[in-house]
Amino acid sequence: MLELQHICYEVDQDGDQKGILRDINLTIDERFVAITGPNGGGKSTLAKIIAGIYQPTSGRILLDGQDITDWDITKRAQHGISFAFQQPVRFKGLTVKDLITLASGQKIGVPEACNYLSEVGLCAKDYIDREVDGSLSGGELKRIEIAMIMARSTKLSVFDEPEAGIDLWSFSNLIQVFEHLHEKINGSILIISHQERILNIADRIIVLAEGQVRSDGTRDEILPQLLGEAPSVCTALSDKVK
Amino acid sequence: MDAIQKSLLAQVADLHEVPEGAYNIRANGQKAARNTTASIDIVSKTDKDGIDIIIKPGTKNQSVHIPVVLSESGLKETVYNDFFIGDDCDITIVAGCGIHNCGEQSSEHSGVHTFYVGKNARVRYVERHYGEGDGKGENIMNPTTVVEMAEGSYMEMETTQIKGVDSTIRTTNAKLEAGATLIIKEKVMTHGTQLAKSDFTVDLNGEDCSTNVISRSVARDKSKQVFLARINGNAKCYGHSECDAIIMDEGVVAAIPEVTANCVDASLVHEAAIGKIAGEQLIKLMTLGLSEKEAEEQIVNGFLK
Repeated sequence: MLELQHICYEVDQDGDQKGILRDINLTIDERFVAITGPNGGGKSTLAKIIAGIYQPTSGRILLDGQDITDWDITKRAQHGISFAFQQPVRFKGLTVKDLITLASGQKIGVPEACNYLSEVGLCAKDYIDREVDGSLSGGELKRIEIAMIMARSTKLSVFDEPEAGIDLWSFSNLIQVFEHLHEKINGSILIISHQERILNIADRIIVLAEGQVRSDGTRDEILPQLLGEAPSVCTALSDKVK
Repeated sequence: MDAIQKSLLAQVADLHEVPEGAYNIRANGQKAARNTTASIDIVSKTDKDGIDIIIKPGTKNQSVHIPVVLSESGLKETVYNDFFIGDDCDITIVAGCGIHNCGEQSSEHSGVHTFYVGKNARVRYVERHYGEGDGKGENIMNPTTVVEMAEGSYMEMETTQIKGVDSTIRTTNAKLEAGATLIIKEKVMTHGTQLAKSDFTVDLNGEDCSTNVISRSVARDKSKQVFLARINGNAKCYGHSECDAIIMDEGVVAAIPEVTANCVDASLVHEAAIGKIAGEQLIKLMTLGLSEKEAEEQIVNGFLK
């Protein structure tokens, strides 16, 4: 269970303090939680604060009741937080197998690494020895990023806009992966997304706008609002989908 | 050979036992072991230190190992090895130099390797350099490679220097005839106050010949590296050189390209990228549970793999 208590994050902008996140209070224990909202609303910042990449200006973060606010990225990762980047990182020389092995945290054989790739819809034998460099497409990198999260299989997995940077055709294939993801990962999934099809499989939807939680509830409560009643969010959503 | 020399052999030639095929092992300036085969002859030079390796035309799928190990401090030597590779051969040559220096004086090995590659022959040449020892004496290696490639020949040259060599100047000169291809892959890691300089000159003389000179290097601590790639396009040809370097601590890397097209149909490209490890690469591996130092090691190891 992840608890965010009074999380604030401010940045210095031309001498003024700008609040990116303003007093966020959330408890996340559901199987599949989606965070959505307009661009610039603070979603990615919140994900990075959970992973330890950014330190909050104030507020506390608790994982299973333990205060992890002052823990670095490594320690949080070791205690069960996984983070899939919005823009997957490229590495010269490191192969897909290298990264999946590092993610799993133990020496795994080729068949096991291949299983993870098959789960995300990649033909394992074509990819296992490929370098994770510029020769892979955005869609391929996203799948490998997800395979790494599966290999980690931690208590909390955070995905930052898995649909960003890939075409709609590739994404419609990827959605099937997410539909079955919770069966593969034995923990909570927190996913930042603008995609209606992702929101549609979430147990709970949180709308973040202007650094605050605008609404928070079950899919059945929130999704109709987003699609019909909240024009600003809806515009942002439909923009993204286009 | 003693245990130190055997361990050096394992480092530079992956040799744990006596290799199969032809070999010549040189230890502390002396011939330690030699084997020839029906198609590969090894003959000591009479006018200077070194050997002639003569490979009969049409020799296929055979290998030659010619490692050198130095475990005596203060030894300085220059060795001339000439390879005569017959037409239509397909062979692998593994050379390497390992120095273990526990003394006060510098140990120095300079190998001059000359390859005469016959028509349509294929050669894979692997060279590894390794130094160790906790003495104050420096480990110095200055390899010179001369390559003359006949029509339609192909040579792939992999050189690796990962550890313990204090100073090295590598000079490579190659001349290519029509349709010949030369691929050079260099991997270097320097640390401490080491210096590594690579100086490549490739003359693309024959029609449709090509070369690709690729360097991947890591400079740590206060070490320095210079990569100089000179490609002369003297005919309709293709030449490409690439220097990709990671700098860490106070490491310095200079990449100096020199491409000269002396023929209007020559196509020559140079690329160079030097920089520290990208912060996002470290962060990504840390989100997998690695410490910053472990992440750095993985990135460097992968880069030099």
